[in-house]
Parts: sequence; structure tokens; C-alpha cells
Amino acid sequence: MEFFRNTNIDFLGKKWYFLSFSLVFSVAGILSMLFWHGIPLGVDFRGGTLVYVKFVDAPNTNAIRADLDKAGLHNATIQRYGNPAENEVVIKLDLKETSEADLDKGKYEILTALETNPVQGKQNINNSDRIGFTAVRDALLARDPMHAEPAEYERQARRVLDSRDKEHGGVLRSLDQLKGAIPDSVLDALKQDFYASNYGVKGGDIVGPQVGAQLRKQATLAVLFSLIAMLVYLWFRFELIYGVAAVVAVFHDTLITVGAFSLTNQEITLTVIAAILTLVGYSMNDTIVVFDRIRENVKLMRRESLAEIVNKSINQTLSRTILTSGLTFLTVLSLYLFGGEVLHGFSFALVIGILIGTYSSIAVAAPMLVAYTEWRSKSSGRGAIPLPTPGAKGKVRVKV
Amino acid sequence: MQKNLLLKTVIIVAILLIFVYGMLGIPKSFSSEGLKNAMLDRIHLGLDLKGGTHLILQVMVNDAVGAQSDHAIEVMKDELQKAKVAYADIAKVDNQPEKILIKGTPLDASSTVRGIVSDRLQEYDVASGTENSWVLTMKPQVLTDLKDRTLEQSIEAIRQRVDSLGVSEPLIQKNGLGENQILVQLPGVDDPGRVKEIIQSTARLELREALDHGQVYLTEAAAAQAHQGILPPNTVVMPSKPRRGEQEGGFIIVSRIPVVSGTDIRSADPGNKSDTNEPIVNFYLTAAAGKKFATFTAAHSKDSADPSNLAIVLDNKVITAPSINSQISDSGIIEGGFTQESAKDLAMLLRSGALPASLHYLTERTVGPSLGADSIRAGVKAAIAGMAAVLIFMLIYYRGAGINADLALVLNLVILLGFMGFFGAVLTLPGIAGVILTVGMGVDSNVLIFERIREELRNGKAAAAAVDQGFDRAWTTILDTHVTTIVSALILFFVGTGPVSGFGLTLIFGLLANLFTAVFVSRVIFDAVLSRKGRGEALSI
Repeated sequence: MEFFRNTNIDFLGKKWYFLSFSLVFSVAGILSMLFWHGIPLGVDFRGGTLVYVKFVDAPNTNAIRADLDKAGLHNATIQRYGNPAENEVVIKLDLKETSEADLDKGKYEILTALETNPVQGKQNINNSDRIGFTAVRDALLARDPMHAEPAEYERQARRVLDSRDKEHGGVLRSLDQLKGAIPDSVLDALKQDFYASNYGVKGGDIVGPQVGAQLRKQATLAVLFSLIAMLVYLWFRFELIYGVAAVVAVFHDTLITVGAFSLTNQEITLTVIAAILTLVGYSMNDTIVVFDRIRENVKLMRRESLAEIVNKSINQTLSRTILTSGLTFLTVLSLYLFGGEVLHGFSFALVIGILIGTYSSIAVAAPMLVAYTEWRSKSSGRGAIPLPTPGAKGKVRVKV
Repeated sequence: MQKNLLLKTVIIVAILLIFVYGMLGIPKSFSSEGLKNAMLDRIHLGLDLKGGTHLILQVMVNDAVGAQSDHAIEVMKDELQKAKVAYADIAKVDNQPEKILIKGTPLDASSTVRGIVSDRLQEYDVASGTENSWVLTMKPQVLTDLKDRTLEQSIEAIRQRVDSLGVSEPLIQKNGLGENQILVQLPGVDDPGRVKEIIQSTARLELREALDHGQVYLTEAAAAQAHQGILPPNTVVMPSKPRRGEQEGGFIIVSRIPVVSGTDIRSADPGNKSDTNEPIVNFYLTAAAGKKFATFTAAHSKDSADPSNLAIVLDNKVITAPSINSQISDSGIIEGGFTQESAKDLAMLLRSGALPASLHYLTERTVGPSLGADSIRAGVKAAIAGMAAVLIFMLIYYRGAGINADLALVLNLVILLGFMGFFGAVLTLPGIAGVILTVGMGVDSNVLIFERIREELRNGKAAAAAVDQGFDRAWTTILDTHVTTIVSALILFFVGTGPVSGFGLTLIFGLLANLFTAVFVSRVIFDAVLSRKGRGEALSI
């Protein structure tokens, strides 16, 4: 089976289309970053409070908003997430409502506001932030319903939590759902100390302003350093202009991907930064494959112009480019579709990044290489093509 | 050729076995459940998958600097009094706890002040200021040491507390991101709220003098009003804990400098009061502090000339302010509405050592046990779906050679997981993404080689020569692409923290494994296939 055979597409002839395509998307992204959504930063970088809550019944966001409003939390964002059948909601508070001195105040206030009918003297068994193994075990030890050894109560406590977290997704509708998992006497004892509220906490992030700023700096440095390191490596293996062309292409990809986040108003989190760095590596990978072929063809095709050589090289590697991109795209797409809420931003960045990264090695890096060479030969009056001399540096041969 | 091939096969199988061991160890049983448990034993899940808490704390090191300066102020006052040198005021400079300002000394006090500093306060540099004032500044080296020591002690105290709670595999270390920060990771903790409270409670016990016989005022203003609007010198107002049966606490005027502070406590244990059986905490002081405390209690006991109360202050809150019956030397009790549980917790905290400075939470990330389970399910599902799609496609597109690629990919995965087992690396959600990306890169290497072989075959080369050329030509490209990606992964690993760093590490392992499988293993399989075929037979690719 073979999809591409002896293609002969004039990629360089389409450079003006490519240029306008890249410009349209880059400029759209830049405009959105400047005038529309800005760069939407996640809690990691901006600071703020984020609480994942799961409800027993389908949550009514308006009712939740009303509850929060009553508690004085007027600027909370409430969003459904994940599979709708899971009844999950993420509640966000701005940095303004997240004080450094009392970091979890916002979270505490959210949880108090959601509790519509608390039971005096009893604890919500669904509040996984507070109620864990120790709390359940200690409660059982104090009540001693089975007149048994402590080890027995440890087993029972484990069962209660396994039932809550594994069988019922973290939230019990009522304590009676534990029937069968534990003896009735233990259940009755639990009922004296606990009740099941209609919501449970699945997790949360709280980031103070200081750490947010530090992470912003760190992420910027990481991207910058990896670009510089790659430039240096390519300079060493090829020529400086190859490195510059590849880095420009990668920068173009990063710009468009961040632009896509801005246009769709999705938040850039720490994991999205990891994804952006991955796409930097991926796009670079793609570009190097084409450049490698150019280097090889320069040795073989001494008479053709650089434009012809580059075109031929792109065509020769086209089959590989499409296959690899297609397959990587497939894995990333499965991540996007099945990876769950936490990986959503990550896989979105990769889905965009792989498309753009593949495009940019053909449409940005290669034309730039040719344009530079033509400009240089025009300005110096001779065909000074900065191509790596065959057999000089950067030649690695290994016999397997 | 045959012998060479055999040797290479042996090498591959040996490496496979080594990394299978890295991945699984020696499983107790070979059922699917047994294998799963064996793998979880070797490869630790990060807390985004396992559930748990990730905290970044800021140590307020200036607390410790301030305490040191408070002590120096005491010494200075004592010595000046002894030398009969008058002064108007000695106090710390606002927001610069390492600086002490002495005001209103006589013109001829220079030699006395300098003498005191060189004898007793060698940690400070002294300089004369305007209008007969002096500025003592902590020496830079002493200041840095003190801050470092405070951070170290805080880490140690947190570690003891976490250990006493029985958290398994906690990570407590200096956080590289900012100054004086501590990173605490508690995987698998299922009640993070409680643990967090225990970590943060400074448990700084101080014994101070309570003025006005421990009188509790309703507001801070009322406390000042009792003294005509101005607090007596060297006193502060502190909130007090509500007494039993009362809803709200009040305010008590206490001495600014504690008589005894946290580091002076030798030990503590919970107990019960003999007459009422009410839970209490017993504490024991070090010898030096005991002496100091004895002098103080003798001077302020009920029958002394200057009777006063004792304020027991925990984390800047007055717990009780009883009168002093008689001289006390090196032990005492704290009572004041404890339950058995809270008495036990407080004794543990006092014993494990007070934090030398207060802590602020900068970041708190909690993953509940069910959220972690959801994520791992989704991540693994996505990884398997992506991998299966790739494996099937390779078989269809490259037929015989597709088997090569698939074997190489599976082996790649085994080596990657084996690496993680050997290095005790933690698998996080972005780590799973790194695994998926490794699969992508593995595919790329195979595609590069296979496309090249096809090209050579098209150019009319014989199968063996085409394979040889294909591998040879693709190698340069594969090396270049892998080195660039490893370089950027290394930067992620070193510059990044948490998930980003974990992702970088997985990628590095994966790419190294890939260089081996795609280039070496795949080649050996090709050679094996070719050696069985006759000269003219076509290659299935």
C-alpha cells in the first residue's frame, strides 16, 4: 500500500499563498491577544481559586450562582465539565478573591455556600478534602459498633471510602448506598457522625499571585532556552541560516497555537506549556527531516538551482511527512477525544500544533532558506549558497 | 552472518528481559491482577493520578530575624542599664527586622555602645546615626545563615509532623522557584484539609507577662483606653481564645518580649487534670529557659511586690492568662478547653518542635481520590486507543515490515516503562502524554526508514542492498531529530517543575529507547527475514 509516489508539486511556487495564509492566522491571533481575549492564562499562571465539585443530581448553574452570590462571591465563574452524566462543575474565583495570607478562604467559602442544608453536629461524608480514611476509622473506633479489634475498623473504613470513590464516583447520594459494602451495625454507627450532602469535592487548585508570577517567568525561560539550544545545535550540524529558518518556523507555530488559545478563549495552563514545548520539538523534527534531505541532495544535484533542490527534497519526504503527521495526529486526537478534562487543553495545543508544525516546515522554513540564499546571491553578485560542505562537519555514519 | 545475527538476537532478548524486570520486578502471581500490582509496585503514580496534595509554602524567615533582634534588644537594654547609660528608645526598624535603632543616648555613650556590641552582640555591625542615635545591623553573613537555618529547621519540623501522621512517600524539599519556599507533596493523602492544618500550625508557644492581671478587654481600643489611650511601653495587645461557654474572645495586653519562647521547650505530653479530669498539655523547659522562667515567676508571683499574670500564647493567641501562685521552674501545664484529640495534637506539635517562623501557603493543589481515578482511566484509554490505531495502520500500510515496526514500538514501550521502574520515576498525567508522544516519534523513525527502503527498491536495488541503504540514509535524520528533541526535553526537565519536568523525563527515556528499537532492533528483524529468503525474492514492505 502506498499513498504518495513520485509526487512533483511545486511547493515553492506557492509561497505567496503560504505567506498570506500564515499572515492571516498570525495576525488574527495577535489581534485577539491584543484587543479581544488577551492571552487567557490558567490559574497556574494568573493565580486564583478553582474547585472541582460533583453533584448527585444534574447541577443547576443558576441556582449555584445564586447561592454563591448570597455568600458574597459575586465574580465566580461556574462551568460544567467532562461527561454531562457525571454532574461535574468547576467553580473559579479570581485572584482578587484569593488572598495570599489566607489562601484557602475562597475555597472554604464556596464549599460553605454550596451546603444548602447542613446537619448540625454531623459531617458531610462527601467532603473528600476532610473526610478520609483517618476520619472514618476514628469515628468507627469511637462508636465501636462491632465490638471488634481496631484492624477490623480499618478494613471497614477502607470499604466505605472505596465504595464512595470507586463505585460511586466520589459522591454518595445517601449513606444507605453503603449497604452491602459494610455491615448494618457499622452503617448505623456512621449515620450518627456523618450525613451525605448533595455534592462532593473532587479536587481543587489554589495559586497565590507570587507563585503565578514565578511560573510565568519559568515557562517563558523554558521556551526561550529550548529555542536557543536548538538553534545552536542546528548551527553546528548545518549552517546558521538553517537554524534561523527552523527557529522562525517554530516561532510561527507557537504564535499561531497561542493565538488559537486566545481566539477560542481557552486557558493556557502549565500542561499546555508542556504541549507547546512538545510541538516545538515536533515541528523542529519535521523541519530537520526536510533539511537533511536538502543537504543530501545538494551533494547529488550539482547543476540544479537551490529552489529546484528544495522542491525535490520536499516531494521526496512528502510521503514520510504525511504519514508521520497523520499517525501522530491520530494519537493526539485520541488524547483529545478520550483524555478527559485535565488533558483537554494539552491535547488541543497538540492537535493545532501538529497541523501547523507540519505545514510550517514545508511552507515557512524551506521558502525562507531559498529566499535568503537568493537575496544573498543577488546582493553579493555571486551564488554564495551557504550549504554544508559534503563530508565536512556533522557527518555521522554508523554501521549497524 | 548467521552467527552475528544470533548474537544480536541474544542481546535484544537480554535487554528485553532486563527492562521487563525493571517494569514488573518479580511478580508474585501472573494473573492480570498480580501483574498490575507488580507494575504499580515498580512504577509510582504521580499525585495527579493517585490523588493527594501538592503544597508550596512560604517560610516567613523575617519572623526568625525579628526574634533574634528582639533578643538583641533585651541584651542591649540590660547592658545599658548595668552601665548606667540612659536611652530614649530601642526598637527594630519597621520592615527591616535585621536593623535595631537606639535613640537618645548621651553624647559620651559611644565607647559603651560599641563595647556592648563587640562583647555580647557580635552578630551585629554598629554605626552611629543622627541625633545621638545608633543603628545595629545584623551582619550579612549572619543574616543569610539565619535565614537558611530557619528554612532548614522548617523543613525538618514539617517532615517530623508529616511522618507522625503516617503519610507514605512524602516529598518535602526546598522549592527552586522562589526564595525561602518549601514544596510538600503528599501522594495518596485522603484528607488533605486536616494534614494541611497540622503542617501550618506554627505551634509557637510563648510565655509572656499578662498586664492588668490578665484582664480581658472586649476590643483593642478598650485595652488602650484602660491606659489613657496609650499602651504601656514594650507591650502589645493580643487576641485571646474564647473561654469555655463564651462565644467570642477578647484582647489582653501582654509584654512584647516573651519570657520563654518555642525553642525553649524540651518536651510535651497530653494529660488530664487531677481534680477535674479535664484534658491538659504538660510542657517541660530546657535548663536555661527554666532558670529564666524561675526568676520571672518569683518576681511576679501572687505574694511578690509586683504581682502579675502569666499569658500562655500559642501562635499569637492568648490561650489562658492565669495568676502565678508561686515560683515555677522548668515545667508547666496548659489548660483551656482542650478535647482529648486536640490535647494530643498540640503535645505532638510542641514535641516535634515549633516552626521557627510562620508559614504561608502559596499554592495548594488537591486531587481527590476519585478525580485521580477518572484521570488515569481517561489517560490510559487514550494511550491504548492511540497506540492500537498506530499499530493497525502500520500493519496495513507496510504489511510484512509493519510487524517490524509494531514489535519495535511495543519493545520501545517496555523499555520506557522499565527505565521508569529502575529510576523510580513518577508517572504523571503529562507523563502519559509523553509516552504517547514517544510512540509518535517511534513511528516516525520507522516511517523514515521504510520510506527510504521503498525508494531504494524503486530505484532498482536488490532487497538486501535497499535495506542497507535505507537504514544508512535514515540514520542521520533520525539522529538529528532525536538529539534536538532530547535537548529540548532536557531543558524541560531542568527548568520545569512538577508536571512539565515529569513530561521531559518521560520523553528523554522514550527517545533513548526509540534510538535502540527503531534503528537496531528493527534492523535485526530485517536481516533475519532477509537471511531466510532467497536471493531474488521480494521484500514485504
